[in-house]
Amino acid sequence: MPVCDETVDRLLLQVSKPARYIGQEWNSISKDWDTLSATLALAYPDLYELGMSNLGLAILYDIVNRHPQYCAERVYAPWPDMEANLRAHHVPLYSLETRHALSEFSVVGFTLQSELTYTNVLNMLDLGGVPVLAAQRGDEAPVVIAGGTCTYNPEPMTPFVDAFAIGEGEEAILDILGVVAEARAAKATRDDLRRALAAIAGVYVPAMYRPRHGASGVYAGVAPLEGAPSTITKRIVRQLPPAPTRPVVPHLQATHDRATIEIQRGCSRGCRFCQAGIVYRPIRERPAAEIVQAIDELVGNTGYDEIGLLSLSSSDHTDIEAIVQQALDRHSHDGVGVSLPSLRIDSFSVELARMISSRRKTGFTFAPEAGSQRLRDVINKGVTEQDLLQTAQAAFAHGWNRIKLYFMIGLPTETDQDVLEIARLAHELARMGREMRGRRVEISISVATFVPKPHTPFQWEPLITRSDATRRQRLLREALRGRAFKLSYSDWDSTWLEALLARGNRCLGDVIYSVWQRGARFDAWSEYLDVPLWQQALAEAGFDTENELHAPRTRERPLPWQHIDTGVALSFLWAERECALRGDLSPDCREHCHHCGILATFAAERSTVEAGAWGCP
Amino acid sequence: MQTEAVQRLRITYGVDGPLRYLSVLDMGRLWERLLRRARLPLAFTQGFNPHPRMAFAAPLPVGYSSTHEVLDVYLGAIVAPEGALAAICAESPVGLCLQSVVEVPLSAPPMQAIMRAAAYEVAAWSAASPEQMRQCLQWALDSDALLYERVRAGRTQSIDLRPLLLKARYLGQDEAHRLELTMVCSPQGAGRPEELLAALEIGESHWAVCRSRLYWDAHTEE
Repeated sequence: MPVCDETVDRLLLQVSKPARYIGQEWNSISKDWDTLSATLALAYPDLYELGMSNLGLAILYDIVNRHPQYCAERVYAPWPDMEANLRAHHVPLYSLETRHALSEFSVVGFTLQSELTYTNVLNMLDLGGVPVLAAQRGDEAPVVIAGGTCTYNPEPMTPFVDAFAIGEGEEAILDILGVVAEARAAKATRDDLRRALAAIAGVYVPAMYRPRHGASGVYAGVAPLEGAPSTITKRIVRQLPPAPTRPVVPHLQATHDRATIEIQRGCSRGCRFCQAGIVYRPIRERPAAEIVQAIDELVGNTGYDEIGLLSLSSSDHTDIEAIVQQALDRHSHDGVGVSLPSLRIDSFSVELARMISSRRKTGFTFAPEAGSQRLRDVINKGVTEQDLLQTAQAAFAHGWNRIKLYFMIGLPTETDQDVLEIARLAHELARMGREMRGRRVEISISVATFVPKPHTPFQWEPLITRSDATRRQRLLREALRGRAFKLSYSDWDSTWLEALLARGNRCLGDVIYSVWQRGARFDAWSEYLDVPLWQQALAEAGFDTENELHAPRTRERPLPWQHIDTGVALSFLWAERECALRGDLSPDCREHCHHCGILATFAAERSTVEAGAWGCP
Repeated sequence: MQTEAVQRLRITYGVDGPLRYLSVLDMGRLWERLLRRARLPLAFTQGFNPHPRMAFAAPLPVGYSSTHEVLDVYLGAIVAPEGALAAICAESPVGLCLQSVVEVPLSAPPMQAIMRAAAYEVAAWSAASPEQMRQCLQWALDSDALLYERVRAGRTQSIDLRPLLLKARYLGQDEAHRLELTMVCSPQGAGRPEELLAALEIGESHWAVCRSRLYWDAHTEE
């Protein structure tokens, strides 16, 4: 039974931003449940405004709702004021489309994009009337699934999730709904359903695996039970499916308040810190004509004044210039602009930025990631100081007065000297800007703390210590005094928790459960992140946090995510790590194949697409 | 992008259902997108961050429905108002009920500047009896001052609701008490029915408000 409108109305008058919880937005889709064989709640474990900017969920919403027998409905984490109201009035967390409680869906699917949303997953299940622990779900309870980049290390969330969809979800989601619909029709038991799910390619059913411990109780990976596969290889689509062009237009201003189209998946640059660069392999470009057509449809179907061309490195698309030019020719007279989220550091990118910013000249942004050439070579950024200076020069020449730079601290082999190079570079750019613009320019420096992510060449590296991180932040602060500079850096607490959860094993599940029970939620929001609560739960679980975070991991010891296969070989990652430590560069893989393993893993898929359809040589 | 306006259209519409919960900024964005989908030849503001030129007569508070909202939109090319009405209707989301589109002179004063008052149909869920409700309203009309602590953005401000209350009528009780209120709604300030209910302590459990009519200085318009 859906939650009735009157009940919702009473709750909404007492909460901040009630528009988060109402649904019926332009392009939202509500179906009659009587005609459906499976229902999917697409759950985003953070606020509506953030979730509505997520392209992955929009893609799945489109694909599932195209199927006549399935529906996909949205649900977001309620802010604590709404949670208090839901609990006080015994109203379950409901979907925006038809206002069914989560417990009434056949599948509840979470997207895990940030480790700091994990406690919200537990909270949403609880609010929606779904048992939080997978082991406590009966035959009638929804199947809880999860996808998204965090699931490349699913272990910490295994107690709460029935099945993880590893990799690209466009095809897997329909396979999963098919299996669930069939099991429901046949009144299958939960065990039968688990076995059927585990048989789908790319689906990891954690209940069918047991953690192994070596001598002295050291964690030694997981072992499959009952014939489950020993490794789970991610799913990919052979070519990008048609882009959704009728996305739901949010009632509230979303974090990225624009229509988006994915122009390319994967990135050939091979930056060694970057998880996306590994897990989104191989490169697949969307053809230019398809993109231009989709932009027309997006403008007509949504009315947005901005179209974001999304990819890991926008300026790498073969036809990017023509695409941007055509989009502007067709729509700029209607006040519609184009945005490119991630530009390379070269003068071509400045040209592109100049084309799209005729209306809104905000800051020119680029990401050198490291201050010294030595360290940029370690991470394989493939950018020289000359590239940086020339890019900045071109930006100033074209009228920008503000440059924004992204850096990281805590990269492998980093010294204080490398960090001071960031400041030297900033001073150089400020001087160049002042000379060229004849006025003070603004150099804004954003410094994140590096978290060594699973499935990257740096996955064996330790996290920087708190004392090193704060000292290097202080060094920068002292070296970047003056009104020209704006310095911001990430706070240690969230870096610490992110690293812990991103790199943890199954034992962390108990800790997550325990902190949620004691009130943890919205850990990504500094006003809610309660570090002492986490520390207490970790201590109670006997967790050696220091060792877990700051001790390097050896090649011999299994990593908690070793049973998850991205298609990229472990030997390639290790070789890249060795190159990094020597400071050797690996060229762009469009130019030279490094035999990372992706083509061997997906040879069957590649044999069915045109030669050259993938960015691999 | 056209910045010169050659035509001004006055759109009258109602708000109901989900759209009651939109803030005036959200409503602005909704209209901007709706007008772009309807392919009207919008005129844009000049400057750094151009936006379609449009103006609401009076912002509708979050939570209210309405049967009389007014929005002026400036166009860069002449269109037939009937055509615009059909185009907007086709692109309207759930909760937006389009009533009319008429042309008004570009030189007419901005609606916001000539707004005077608004009438509201109010439902109040309260333990009070109809007689008590009637007396309360009469007491409000007879009093010289009606102080109320308005909390907005964490700041408390003491305001006098009495000069903002123009008319009050008790209509009767079904599942809720029904009231009709007319309150000031002008550039100098606006009364809010639920604040009056709170000041009189007669809407304690729940309320619903529909803005039924906007009043402005028609004679100052050509």
